Amino acid sequence: MINNQCWESVDAEGGQQMKASPGGYARANDLSHAMLLLASAEGMGRVLAGGQSLIAAMNMRLSTGDMLVDISRIAGLSGVTDQETTLHIGALTKHAEIGASPLIRKHAPLLAEAVTYIAHAAIRNRGTIGGALAHADPAAEFPACMLALGAVLHIHGSDGERSVAAEDFFQGLFETSLEEGEILTAITVPKAEVNERQILQEIARRSGDYALAGLCLVRRSTGHRISLLSVGSTPVLARNTMVQLDRGDIDGAVAALREEIDPPSDTQASADYRRHIAGVLLRRAVAQSRGDAA
Amino acid sequence: MTKVFADRIDIDLMVNGEPVEARVPAGQHVIDFLRQELGLTGAHASCEHGVCGTCTVRVDGASVRGCLMLAAQLDGADVWTIEGLSDSEAIRDLQEAFIARNALQCGFCTPGMLVAAEELLAQGGVPERAAIREHLSGNYCRCTGYEAIVDAVETVARQRAGQVQA
Ligand SMILES: Cc1cc2nc3c(=O)[nH]c(=O)nc-3n(C[C@H](O)[C@H](O)[C@H](O)COP(=O)(O)OP(=O)(O)OC[C@H]3O[C@@H](n4cnc5c(N)ncnc54)[C@H](O)[C@@H]3O)c2cc1C
Ligand code: FES
Ligand code: FES
Repeated sequence: MINNQCWESVDAEGGQQMKASPGGYARANDLSHAMLLLASAEGMGRVLAGGQSLIAAMNMRLSTGDMLVDISRIAGLSGVTDQETTLHIGALTKHAEIGASPLIRKHAPLLAEAVTYIAHAAIRNRGTIGGALAHADPAAEFPACMLALGAVLHIHGSDGERSVAAEDFFQGLFETSLEEGEILTAITVPKAEVNERQILQEIARRSGDYALAGLCLVRRSTGHRISLLSVGSTPVLARNTMVQLDRGDIDGAVAALREEIDPPSDTQASADYRRHIAGVLLRRAVAQSRGDAA
Repeated sequence: MTKVFADRIDIDLMVNGEPVEARVPAGQHVIDFLRQELGLTGAHASCEHGVCGTCTVRVDGASVRGCLMLAAQLDGADVWTIEGLSDSEAIRDLQEAFIARNALQCGFCTPGMLVAAEELLAQGGVPERAAIREHLSGNYCRCTGYEAIVDAVETVARQRAGQVQA
């Protein structure tokens, strides 16, 4: 999506088009400093985390005049901790750290697997999970993972902390329930049960590209959770599909899935093709969940 | 607008082992800073939105996209570019393998490619060819077709693991 807009802005501007033009920059020392900076930015404040989406957008002049509040050095907003029944993941935890974390691999393997699909090594070295969730690209892996895992997002605002279920967080294309001046500080995900299966399947044309479609499957004692990426303006929790899978009806689940998603047609793939591969990915994920669990 | 936000930022960092102090514009990315202010023109700016990898440099031990990091964010950082990695001979074996195997033609991608490849090699062991391709998948080369690059990286991995003579 960003790419398509990019060429328009290049044509319109000419010359020095690929240069960022923020209104200013300030580095936050800690969370309260970041909140103060955002409050003083008179509505132009913009959180800078890993910069792997934001700086690209600024270079393409999709975003200009932002007062950048660089939170990337705030200690304490990064890292994974074990909280008995949940894992606590700081918003500034980098994709590469998530992929390498023994706690994630053991208790939320879906996220470690997701990292292998996200962009390329150098981008994973700086991009953060909080940035990926706040950016809310429907083609991104982590937002769909949050839905499948039933994660809770922790947000810091001028009135203190609030927590939002992943299902309520993603509201539209690149749109979340984050309000002006708020910072996403952490995510908690339930730890996987002993026999839980977590699987990510996706199809992309080249390694590291955004997926044409992708699917997360989580199977736990309470039932299946299925979410999809790249099939609409937000990541999607496929509730009817989950009901069919809980009944053990795979064909019914595939039919329900193709029914309940409304994917876009674009230069990458047609809606029909996306609907088709979503079903294929579901069958693959179910087969993988059965095979590996045996 | 409030003065807490600066449009020029003072930074103090290490580049290729030398201390550097500079005052940079808020919107300047690392590659323009290295190329235009420090004259380090090895790493290139091409797509400037994170896609091609020709801007890859090492910051605090990790490969990063120079076009997706602001120079203002370099305060306190330890930066290595192809110039420093060449002068220090840190990747001499890799550069020799690239030459021996014709792993470059125009050379535009090479500075970024070497930084990315060295990050993989530094993890030790002899990666599978598929793992080498995967690690370099964010670095485009429009000349070589990649096969020779993968050969060169694999050769160096074997040499460093003591499996073949250099
Ligand atoms: C070439 C390329 C390929 C990519 N491929 C993929 C891919 O395949 N899959 C994928 O998922 N991603 C991909 N990405 C995006 C990447 O994962 C980014 O790291 C991620 O989308 C944004 O994280 P960030 O930390 O870099 O955020 P930033 O770029 O710093 O910020 C992104 C947005 O989120 C806001 N924000 C950031 N952190 C917070 C916070 N804590 N609280 C509130 N707001 C916040 C910012 O204000 C900004 O609007 C790709 C990027 C590039 C350049
Ligand atoms: S110039 Fe940075 S990735 Fe292309
Ligand atoms: S050698 Fe020309 S782009 Fe790689």
